[in-house]
Amino acid sequence: MDYSKVLNQRVASVPPSGIRKFFDIVQKIPDAISLGVGEPDFVTPWPIRDAAIQSIEEGRTQYTSNWGLPELREHIARYLQTRYDVAYDPANEILVTVGASEGIDLAMRALVMPGDEVLIPDPSYVSYSPCVIFAGGTPVPVRTRAENGFAITPEELRAAITPRTKALILPYPNNPTGGVMSREELCALAEVLRGTDIMVVSDEIYSELVYEGHVHTAFASIPGMRERTITLNGFSKAFAMTGWRVGYACAPRELMTPMFRIHQYTMLCASMQGQVAASEALKRAFLTQYEDVRKMVASYDRRRRLMVEGFNAMGLSCFTPRGAFYVFPSIERTGMSSEAFCTELLESRQVACVPGTAFGESGEGFIRCSYATSIEKLREALRRMESFVRGKM
Amino acid sequence: MLSTLDMQILEILCEDPKITVEELATMTGSDGETVSKSMERMRREGILVGVQTLVNWERTDRELVRAVIEVNVQPQREKGFDAIAQRIMQYDEVRSLYLMSGAYDLLVECEAATLRELAQFVHSRLSVIEGVTGTSTHFQLKTYKYGGTVFESPNTDLRQAVMP
Repeated sequence: MDYSKVLNQRVASVPPSGIRKFFDIVQKIPDAISLGVGEPDFVTPWPIRDAAIQSIEEGRTQYTSNWGLPELREHIARYLQTRYDVAYDPANEILVTVGASEGIDLAMRALVMPGDEVLIPDPSYVSYSPCVIFAGGTPVPVRTRAENGFAITPEELRAAITPRTKALILPYPNNPTGGVMSREELCALAEVLRGTDIMVVSDEIYSELVYEGHVHTAFASIPGMRERTITLNGFSKAFAMTGWRVGYACAPRELMTPMFRIHQYTMLCASMQGQVAASEALKRAFLTQYEDVRKMVASYDRRRRLMVEGFNAMGLSCFTPRGAFYVFPSIERTGMSSEAFCTELLESRQVACVPGTAFGESGEGFIRCSYATSIEKLREALRRMESFVRGKM
Repeated sequence: MLSTLDMQILEILCEDPKITVEELATMTGSDGETVSKSMERMRREGILVGVQTLVNWERTDRELVRAVIEVNVQPQREKGFDAIAQRIMQYDEVRSLYLMSGAYDLLVECEAATLRELAQFVHSRLSVIEGVTGTSTHFQLKTYKYGGTVFESPNTDLRQAVMP
């Protein structure tokens, strides 16, 4: 059978993730140290896990409302209001999704029509561009630079806008660069967008993981931006809950209606246990003034400093990230491509990093290293990389 | 009073005792001299008391008998429990010693190569210390977790090695 004739060409046109290859090699090297991990090295705090276990014991094994558990949505509303000063109605402006990932897909399918362009800072998380293509749109990468802290500037935004521009994806704090955007910088972008019909999908999944006094600004909290913004967030990074798959999308009712419709017909709801656990996570955070989050952030912060210093010391200039749990050093001085660097490093020193190019063309010359790993392993990885790099410069 | 820097140093050392002063300085945003001084002071004040390697002897061929012993004592005038505790802790068999609230006074964790040695320690050395009025010995059968470290199912990283 000639599958190329039957398969959806649009889907087939999306290349496989560049990360897959590394995953396969790492699997075969038992003592490899992986800095390629994209999730916290904390296990979900026990009281949160316990709440989910209890819900199983109580027989809470049903569907929830399509919107998600009412209690969870109330908590999310309170969280966004108190933490980021943005108000959403839990009745019809907050949708509990299967991870923030589902939110990306919903937002794209709700907004994008064939021919529409979606602006995506480059480098960025790997899912945006495929989701735009799946929805029939055209992803338009907007190159960001280390000297600008990998933030997108108003000039770069203005230059990228065309009559076909439907939306801008704002993924800050950013994976893979660790770049953040200040309120002032976001306000400057808002000025470019004001008066246009360009929508904003603000993926704020790393909003809790910020350092050096950076204060996260929800894009929807900027005057006039709420009406055009879909806010995406979730529990994976802030509460070490990746495997539970619980996120949420927030938007004004008119925007939420199509997203809700897709979710209702395709996903129905996120898992009951995930939602119970997420609800407990927020309840606990309110009670303890975010103690778990603060502890995790303090721990990431120390490792972040160790990594930035380590790369700069070995001669690879490393932008100081103020968000997420990645460093994104430049490997330009080695003269190698990102992919060659990562492949050789893995084979000769058994350290796995992700080539910057996995996150877009602008990632060439960079590698992404996650520091969500024990200090002991980070130090050993730095030692191995130092000896690898020494032979290359 | 411990400073924020002191607390950060302690937290990092608990995570990885092999860390260098320079690395500690980097991680806390301080400098090597300040970190060294802080560590020196904490050593002097008996806050930083030592570094230990955790061994799960149960996974080796070495025979080892472990027990916790509840000890009731007659506290002494002026010195309270401290004088007796001082005597008990001198024995090599005693791995740790705590003053307790509740039904007994001192909790002694001890270990010996054989059951006979441990028995001998209890009946011919511990019980006969002046002021000890009674002991109750419980043998440990298996260690699940010790000093915050899980022994029985060593922590393995369950995460996907490479993820976007």
